[in-house]
Amino acid sequence: MSFFNIQALTYLDCGPINLQIEASEIIGLNGSSGSGKSRLLRSLADLDEHTGNVSLQSVDQHSTKAHIWRSKVALLSAETYWWLDTVAAHFKNYPKQQATEFGFVNDVSAWQVSRLSSGEKQRLGLLRLLENNPDVLLLDEPTANLDPENAQLFEDFVTNYIYKHPACAIWVSHDVEQLKRISQRQYKMQNGLLVSETKEI
Amino acid sequence: MFIKLTTFDLSLAAVLVVLLGVLSAYMKLGIAKQLYIAALRTTVQLLLIGLVLKNIFESTQPLFVLFICLIMISVAGWEILSRQKRKLKGWWGFGVSTGSLFVSSFLITVLSLFTVIQADPWYSPQYAIPLLGMLLGNTMTGIALGMDRLTQTAWQQRPVIEQRLMLGESADKAISDIRSEAMRAGMIPIINSMAAAGLVSLPGMMTGQILAGAEPVEAVKYQILIMFMISAGTGFGVISVLWLISKRLFDDRERLCFKRLLKQSGD
Repeated sequence: MSFFNIQALTYLDCGPINLQIEASEIIGLNGSSGSGKSRLLRSLADLDEHTGNVSLQSVDQHSTKAHIWRSKVALLSAETYWWLDTVAAHFKNYPKQQATEFGFVNDVSAWQVSRLSSGEKQRLGLLRLLENNPDVLLLDEPTANLDPENAQLFEDFVTNYIYKHPACAIWVSHDVEQLKRISQRQYKMQNGLLVSETKEI
Repeated sequence: MFIKLTTFDLSLAAVLVVLLGVLSAYMKLGIAKQLYIAALRTTVQLLLIGLVLKNIFESTQPLFVLFICLIMISVAGWEILSRQKRKLKGWWGFGVSTGSLFVSSFLITVLSLFTVIQADPWYSPQYAIPLLGMLLGNTMTGIALGMDRLTQTAWQQRPVIEQRLMLGESADKAISDIRSEAMRAGMIPIINSMAAAGLVSLPGMMTGQILAGAEPVEAVKYQILIMFMISAGTGFGVISVLWLISKRLFDDRERLCFKRLLKQSGD
């Protein structure tokens, strides 16, 4: 059994989708808008209704409490939301060290959320998600709002986490070059199905 | 001592309501129709109840009193539902509002009739019905406000709730802020009237009793009793409604389940 196992997953008019992902592995996923990529990630995080089996380290999705599943199979949506006043209020413990590594020169923990740029929100959104130490990262166009320099930082940060933890990730992006750079296998979402874009070994 | 109102006096007041409606229509605030219907209803309903209230008060049939009470509760439940922009689908909407009114108003009325007022018999309609009426009238305002605030805010803040779910928060935690906000909204009217009682407002029942010749201190005691019952009733009612609805807004996998809400309605 693989680290993260997706079997006969169907949702709305998509699927069945089968995918096995090993630890330390990143899967790249692209496809036109509206092809169901985001819905796939939402189903894997159990935020949308779906059928089929998803399991993490041989533990079935539905034998885990939903909120515990989501802390292990963590979804970073294309846009992150912040509902409290300050940045730090959204964290259990604001990870100052990690934030510096992630390109934050100033300490933004006491900042009002409204001061953050969309790129900063995206990076802090990842840090916030990583507080749960997830085993699976579902990244929905995570660098769409970042400049090339910060996108590079983001890629390095995620890859580093995936190897260290070890975790696995599904990375959705329109940037095919980026997917080739960071992922071991690439897929395309087409007519509700996953089509492999890498040569089978 | 008792000054009789003439039809002219009432018409004068009615003109004010009409003016308000005209102004609201002019400013496109969209409340005129609802206001006129409510004003018409208050007139017709009060005139009708005025005709039969004496007979009802003289009844000693417990089943009859219970029947009247059930009608009052269902109507109040229905009215709560009519004030909602987004209500739960099917029988849930009516069930939740009426059920919580039952818990908050009916049980509290019965409790105080039994233990505090101790009329003979305890269900004497001249105590039971006005008491229940005052409780229902006030708790239904609180419940309607709290309920509307909860569903409306949850609807508007869907992305935030889902973001919190994505961060591994339980459904209960993810909606907790919205729930306490809704609780506050539901409790403001009664907290206001308790805080202002005697200084700003002279409660109608107490004033009426004193005008009718009752001992002021006795009338005040009754009013305090009523205030406490209303605040407890409103509080318990709003809590039970918020608890039920926030459960209902999520499915068994802690996903937001807005398909259980009806589309926005005009009222």
